[in-house]
Amino acid sequence: MSTAATTEIKPALTAIEHIKVKVDGREIEVPRLIADWSGKLTPTTMIQACELAKTDVPHYCWHPKLPVVGNCRMCLVEFGTPALGPDRKPVFNPDGTPKIAKSPRPAISCATPISPGMEIYTKTPAVKQMREGVLESLLINHPLDCPICDQAGECKLQEYSVDYGQSSSRFVETKVHKPKAVDLGPRIMLDAERCILCTRCIRFTRDIAGDDALGIVNRGSYNTIATFPGIPFDNNYTLNTVDVCPVGALTSKDFRFQMRAWFLKETKSVCTSCATGCNVLIGSREEKIFRYTPRDNDAVNASWMCDAGRLNYKWIARADRLKEVLVRGQKSTWKAALNEISDKLKNAQAGSVAIIASARQTNEELWLISKLKSKLGAISDSIPRVGEADKLLVSADKNPNTNGARITGICFTEMGINLVKISDGIASGKIKTLIVFGENIVKRAVANEKLRERETVSEVVDEHAITAELLAKLDTLIVSDILPNETTKLAHYVLPGCAPAEKRGSFTNGKGRVQKFMKAVEAPGDARAEWEFLHDLVHNVTGQNGFVTIEGLFNQMAKEIPVFMGVTWQALGDTGVTVQI
Amino acid sequence: MAQEYKLILKHADESGYTPDIECYLRHGGYNDLKKALAFQTKTLADGKTQSPQEQLRQEVMTSNLRGRGGAGFSCGLKWSFVDRKSGKPIYLICNADESEPGTFKDRQIIHKDPHQLIEGMIISCYANDVKLAYIYIRGEMPEGAKILNQALKEARAKNFLGKNILGTGYDLEIYVHRGAGAYICGEETGLIESLEGKRPYPRIKPPYFPAVLGLWMCPTIVNNVETLCNVKHIVGMGGLEFAKLGTPNNTGTRIVSLSGHVKRPGYYEIEVGKATLRELLYDKNFGGGLREGRQLKAIIPGGSSSKVLKAGEKFKLKKKDAEGKEILVETDMLDLPYDFDSLAQAGTMSGSSAIIVMDDSVDIVNALANLSEFYAHESCGQCTPCREGSLWMNKTLHRLTHGEGRAQDAEYLVKIADNIPGGRTICAFGEACSWPVQSFVAKFKDEFIAKGAADEERHSKEVTGHN
Repeated sequence: MSTAATTEIKPALTAIEHIKVKVDGREIEVPRLIADWSGKLTPTTMIQACELAKTDVPHYCWHPKLPVVGNCRMCLVEFGTPALGPDRKPVFNPDGTPKIAKSPRPAISCATPISPGMEIYTKTPAVKQMREGVLESLLINHPLDCPICDQAGECKLQEYSVDYGQSSSRFVETKVHKPKAVDLGPRIMLDAERCILCTRCIRFTRDIAGDDALGIVNRGSYNTIATFPGIPFDNNYTLNTVDVCPVGALTSKDFRFQMRAWFLKETKSVCTSCATGCNVLIGSREEKIFRYTPRDNDAVNASWMCDAGRLNYKWIARADRLKEVLVRGQKSTWKAALNEISDKLKNAQAGSVAIIASARQTNEELWLISKLKSKLGAISDSIPRVGEADKLLVSADKNPNTNGARITGICFTEMGINLVKISDGIASGKIKTLIVFGENIVKRAVANEKLRERETVSEVVDEHAITAELLAKLDTLIVSDILPNETTKLAHYVLPGCAPAEKRGSFTNGKGRVQKFMKAVEAPGDARAEWEFLHDLVHNVTGQNGFVTIEGLFNQMAKEIPVFMGVTWQALGDTGVTVQI
Repeated sequence: MAQEYKLILKHADESGYTPDIECYLRHGGYNDLKKALAFQTKTLADGKTQSPQEQLRQEVMTSNLRGRGGAGFSCGLKWSFVDRKSGKPIYLICNADESEPGTFKDRQIIHKDPHQLIEGMIISCYANDVKLAYIYIRGEMPEGAKILNQALKEARAKNFLGKNILGTGYDLEIYVHRGAGAYICGEETGLIESLEGKRPYPRIKPPYFPAVLGLWMCPTIVNNVETLCNVKHIVGMGGLEFAKLGTPNNTGTRIVSLSGHVKRPGYYEIEVGKATLRELLYDKNFGGGLREGRQLKAIIPGGSSSKVLKAGEKFKLKKKDAEGKEILVETDMLDLPYDFDSLAQAGTMSGSSAIIVMDDSVDIVNALANLSEFYAHESCGQCTPCREGSLWMNKTLHRLTHGEGRAQDAEYLVKIADNIPGGRTICAFGEACSWPVQSFVAKFKDEFIAKGAADEERHSKEVTGHN
């Protein structure tokens, strides 16, 4: 394993020729080529140049990750290019500057490539007037139902109307009426009257998700987004259309009418439904999670996430969450329970302790567990979860931190290989104490674990022979988990843990991307972040005093584990760092 | 006195002339194709060689032929833009989606002399190394499609089409594709999308210039029916000779579709610019004048999307005086020579050369409402200004013609229309739907205001009456 840590891999821009253009009179050097939506290097467009010049150009249909169609006309700008004389040579002003020939027609900045010496004008009266015209056109048939629209507060139609629109409309005719509350599919509703026909949803579904499910029917002002008759809009990426929809036309059935967008606190986090580790924003209010939305990370998930991962948050608010520390079935305190456990572990014979941790735990937690493991001379492993992969984002590995478990030495490259040894050890009486984190290890009749209704099913490899009867042989069974299960029922010590949304930490995804996530909501009852009580436990058992902050913990871990060498909590930034695995 | 000059329609209306290949051959058909195929590589004075194809393209360039579809763009230039180095096949599409209201010239050629079009196409394909071509014919012309398919079959049987044409080793196939009935399919990139089986949403340019990224993202030439027929005659008589027809920069002949309030509506082929609007309307060879007792009110000179000309309007036309100096000559709208440039100087266009004549019996507001309804129905709806603006104007005009007008509607209409054209839309439909509104209201403003004001007055009386 190499210790080299790299940040996001970007094309070497230095190799690309840079050209000078002017945006509203300010000269800026921009690369001649920029990666387009598909990652292919294509001539830089005006809108990209304006973006690099930090000049806002309003747009609806343009999206950096979707093919360009140029239909909304909101990004129209004026421009000029260096004038050429009859001899095809540049013409100069008396002061020696190149004479600029202003184009008589505007251009859509999203599709027009820049050329050397080009001048882009985004603030002229004509541009202002064109933007007003487009906004007026978009609004004449719009229902203006912002008070009951889920998009309100994050709606481009609202925002641009304030920034670039007019205060009143001249329209005195009857509006076009179109279908409302159209059930497009199991997760998506369409309000065709709110739709501005930018076709982002069509392009995402066709060109990114690879499903030619959406199209336009009718003509002119009666154009309407539609599915094929009788075929529901149902792939694992449908909810991304709600994100790309600049207005309130497409809404998520899960989120609609639940919460006003402006009340939501947004927390940067990572999806834990598979080893991809899509970057997400958790939208929460008053300790309740309302939605996950994808967060841009070109090294991981671009701007997308799957529907299954997005909706995999409801269990966090389940009423039957483990909220109390239990010692032999009786409610206890963290202090009492940790002291008792510490005493037991300190006195345990070498080789009499086994640990089954979870690859859903964070790097920091697994590292702390590995400390216990080496002190106790314990055998350890974790439980693999395997499901189906797809071509876009979903990984077959349903654990978010398989690589973390490997790097910290909790499991071998082939996860689950030690489980048989552990069950044999319990059976033979050699293993007297078992510590379990976040896994229901009791062998089940059905090897499937449903993540939630209707969505991805992840399979737990169930080749071990750990049964309830076997667990009954143990002197001590210590279990930390989030939700009650058969294993927690059998535990002598139950330590209530936190969902990732309730704590901080980092995961190492399937490709070695180390990504941190932040705490969105408080854990219920006495539940505590695992790394916090693990820290106490490690301190009690090993005498090692680590760090009481997640930053310190991560940085200490990075110093000790070669794979993470040179990486710091701070360096992880919002989008993580790729390490060699 | 201006005369018809029949080049394209030379035989079409002769009695006994039939659209079958035997008749065409009897009239010298496919001789120009044979001539084109016989071109040999030529060594120029500077030692460079010029292939037969390059020579043919040069002939078209020399002829100064301008596209007959509506924009009047140089055909030779259009061909010169074709990306011939991409390694991809080059396609040629004949645009037979003749949909501009008032236009009915291509239909005459297709119905009466389909082989002339096919011969023009084969020559054009040969000149551009095209191996596969399409005729995109509008859905409302089922008879034309039938005739063309029959003609293609006949041409194939005689080896004017197919493999190894007339033993030259050149292969070409032409297919007829019928549209499904949308005006926008006449826009060349919309047509290409439609041909690819999609909604005819015109493409953005850049980057999708047909000459580079056309049909199936390959270099593509889209030419009008009449334009392609002209290519046959250019080869027949030579580009220089062809350029002598018509007037400089407005060469050849054009088939004018004359409709509306004239005694003899119909199609007339003239040398471009060799007849004035007055001659076309009043000469007994052409329109034969207005109906008895009627005065001219307006002319739509180049298909419904061109800006209207009001009777009595005067324009300053650039002309050269005896010494060759450029002077401005005040010209009555009726004295405008019917060509591309003069009408452009008058702020309108000869478009698809369809003249719609309106006499004083016409309610100009109603006339515009009719046009506007057409454009609202035909907007593809892809881009915002046209999609919303075209229906908005239509709703306003509907109100104005159904007793719900306001005096301010004239102003109101122009403001709506002003938000659509001038490069704000993906294709020229934006201009097509807004130019009539802009020009009608500008030139007949009083009638629009009067109509709205009358409604307002009536309404105010009704309200008073209730009191």
